[in-house]
Amino acid sequence: MKTTAVVIGNGMVGHRFCERLKALGGFRIVVFGEEPRPAYDRVHLSEYFNGKTAAELSLPMKGWFEDEEIVLHLGDPVREIDRQQRLVHSLKGVIQPYDVLLLATGSSAFVPDIIGIEKAGVFVYRTIEDLERIRAYAPKARSGAVIGGGLLGLEAAKALLDLGIPQTHVIEFAPRLMPRQIDSAGSAALEASLRKLGLHLHLNKVTQAIEGNGRVEGLQFADDGRLAIDMLVISAGIRPRDELARLAGLSVGTRGGILVNEKLQTSDKNIYAIGECALSQGMIYGLVAPGYEMADVVATNLSGGNKKFTGFDMSTKLKLIGVDVASFGDPFAAEPDCRSIVFENRHKGVYKRINISSDGKYLIGGVLIGDAAAYNLLLQTVNNRLVLPPDPEDLILGSRDGGGEGAGVMHLPDEALICSCESVTKAAICSAVTEKGIETLDAMKKCTRAGTGCGGCIPLVKDLMTGTMKAAGVYIRNTLCEHFSKSRQELFDLVKLHNVRSYEETLKRWGKGDGCEVCKPAVASILAGCWNENIAKHATIQDSNDRYLANIQKGGSYSVVPRIPGGEITPDKLIVLGKVAKKYRLYTKITGGQRIDLFGAHVGDLPSIWEELIEAGFESGHAYGKALRTVKSCVGSTWCRYGLHDSVSFAIEIEERYRGIRAPHKIKGGVSGCIRECAEAQSKDFGIIATEKGWNLFVCGNGGSRPQHGQLLAQDIDKESCVRYLDRFLMFYIRTADPLARTATWLNKMEGGMSYLRNVVINDSLGMGAQWEQEMQALVDSYRCEWKEVVENPELRKRFNHFVNAPRKKDPGLEFDDLRGQIKAREW
Amino acid sequence: MKWITACRVEDIPADGGACVLLGGEQIAIFHFTRRGEWFATENRCPHKMQMALSRGMTGSAGEHCEPKIACPFHKKTFSLKTGKCLSGDHYRIRTFPVQVKGGKVYVGMMA
Repeated sequence: MKTTAVVIGNGMVGHRFCERLKALGGFRIVVFGEEPRPAYDRVHLSEYFNGKTAAELSLPMKGWFEDEEIVLHLGDPVREIDRQQRLVHSLKGVIQPYDVLLLATGSSAFVPDIIGIEKAGVFVYRTIEDLERIRAYAPKARSGAVIGGGLLGLEAAKALLDLGIPQTHVIEFAPRLMPRQIDSAGSAALEASLRKLGLHLHLNKVTQAIEGNGRVEGLQFADDGRLAIDMLVISAGIRPRDELARLAGLSVGTRGGILVNEKLQTSDKNIYAIGECALSQGMIYGLVAPGYEMADVVATNLSGGNKKFTGFDMSTKLKLIGVDVASFGDPFAAEPDCRSIVFENRHKGVYKRINISSDGKYLIGGVLIGDAAAYNLLLQTVNNRLVLPPDPEDLILGSRDGGGEGAGVMHLPDEALICSCESVTKAAICSAVTEKGIETLDAMKKCTRAGTGCGGCIPLVKDLMTGTMKAAGVYIRNTLCEHFSKSRQELFDLVKLHNVRSYEETLKRWGKGDGCEVCKPAVASILAGCWNENIAKHATIQDSNDRYLANIQKGGSYSVVPRIPGGEITPDKLIVLGKVAKKYRLYTKITGGQRIDLFGAHVGDLPSIWEELIEAGFESGHAYGKALRTVKSCVGSTWCRYGLHDSVSFAIEIEERYRGIRAPHKIKGGVSGCIRECAEAQSKDFGIIATEKGWNLFVCGNGGSRPQHGQLLAQDIDKESCVRYLDRFLMFYIRTADPLARTATWLNKMEGGMSYLRNVVINDSLGMGAQWEQEMQALVDSYRCEWKEVVENPELRKRFNHFVNAPRKKDPGLEFDDLRGQIKAREW
Repeated sequence: MKWITACRVEDIPADGGACVLLGGEQIAIFHFTRRGEWFATENRCPHKMQMALSRGMTGSAGEHCEPKIACPFHKKTFSLKTGKCLSGDHYRIRTFPVQVKGGKVYVGMMA
């Protein structure tokens, strides 16, 4: 019997707890929520007025609770906790037993007791329902006011501005804005900027009464002043929702909040409280990040861990009505404990203050108004106790020598917490880039969850990604090289669209300079993918192997690999290979792809060697090209007692279909006749495995330095479907992959991964299927053995001389040693 | 310095290179057809002492389009003007002046 965890409250923090506890496993979870909808992103609530829908703000994906087997009661608040019997009673009459109970009831808006507070047109700003009520009322209003000049009050004021209310006022009883987060000079800078944006600020004002006949018409202040308004939003602070806990006899603070210990346990050890309803060491944490941390602590401890919640950094960065506001560390530290550096530019509404330890070594805290670009780096500098540079004013004066934030992030220690909402360290982000090839922000979010909470760390995450990619030599913008500011995919489409047939013309139209060893072979691959002309026609833009249609080896000799489709070869052909090898003194070895490699050929001998091989019925094996190499096969049903289908015949058919086709990288295939998988097809770019009912098609596997198994694309399909899917899959890869990206890497980088690929290939979600099949058929139909053309063309043959001024002379530098009765290349 | 006849213009592929044997020495000659420029260097890549530069890919680097050659073995690149390695190593290859007259290519070498 699983332990039952009952969660009261489905806000951001309560929801996070469910995710964490589910991830750790082993619990049955039942959730009660008061609101009619599942948890949504309250931090970005004001975006509701900018056109974001409730569905977009929703935190769980549709169907998440069902998938996770969590019972969810929405619009059904718990009205009573029976601690003796460990039951909760809901408003709608559900009686639910619990083993552990979690209170994540959050907070409500604090509504001060002002005369007339009950009038129509008075609102709080807390839930989507509140926002809907405000929106419904707003068209009638020409002027509105917000009581409260704190963080939430300014958010509410922005909402009124967004709703198009011409006159928006903010009433604050303190002498300045956001007194708890920023210092008075910072408030002054913020106030100046907000006034410029058309907000009317009334500071030092105590509201005494709300006037009006049934509905709000004006405010009366303690200083006898008056303000005529049509609607009012109260945002004077939050009150922890502790009424249920009080009713159950749990200990609460004198000014509200459920008392919890370091493990977030209430006075009943089976009941926990987290988020804005919890009072931890005298603090109510009104931000989401500490709430998430609390959720993590409780979920971890329930699953056998041992974590404590001992306070949380309240540093924060926001955009309030378009003005950056940030405070970090200790923003108020003053002399003699520290020394402050202040920068102010009233013209631009910028104010920055950093507090530095008296010895000048460490950053203690600070405030940024109007320009918070340096926030992340400064926060990290505080949290990691980084030693300051000799001129710490550079930190806020910006990059006077062109350095800037991006340069600094790479110097953070590996354990620096970059995303505090999701507890993601610098090391995790950097290794996602280097180990998993993550190169986009979206992929990073998926992989590490960094930046998925408040989003404040996103600039830092981006800088870290860019920095790491630069360090690893990865292209930052997906461009080919300095000569082409386009990706391979873009260039492929352009070449095809404009019917461009040469590198020269490609460079002239879309490039600059003279090209290089990166873009030349990439364009060569594109031209081959579009037009499938003999690559010997574009010899000087090919990589050396493609230029000489052979693989250059140590010492400068070449190896020769004739195609042996499916690894099947006749005795007569074996004899020919032996004879040729003997005649030209070549070293012979069986390759991993079931063929025979002949090493040590002089470049000048290549055409004659091929002439003899072609005469005997061989053709190029394209071992030198970014092209189909082999389709490896097991012996299959023709001989094997286990074989289900004829894997050899199918492998030959496939190999002969795709031979010679150029791709961004080499392609290998395999066909196995049964589940024993002797052809190791799952380690290939495509692998076909016989089943009782047909064939299973796997794609995007590879061996090499980072082996990866292929993934199942389609199951129990017939041969025709298999070929059709392969056509589409290969064409999709050829058209869209980056230069030198194997199919595995290509898939790893693909947004949506395998399910997206399957949708494209099988369900034809892009509507490209028919076109790709046609294009592939054109490539198949235009196949010719490139070596045969060279052998038959005296002009092309001439290129295979080491010295153009001494055609019959071989490279005297080519030397061989003996090894086990054969030659080997001399060590370099 | 002597101008030695190396080959005919058509012996060197357009925007590419080829190797000639001059007085027992292997010289790589490159024709930047688009720019109308010729370059000559030793054929040996100093990285692994391979006679291979003539089989490499030509190109240019940077704003000023410094002409360069990439060795086919490990893609070390060298300036064809100065012979300096452009890919971060301290190698340098020897370069030679080239003249083209009457369809023939001449390389200037120390006697």
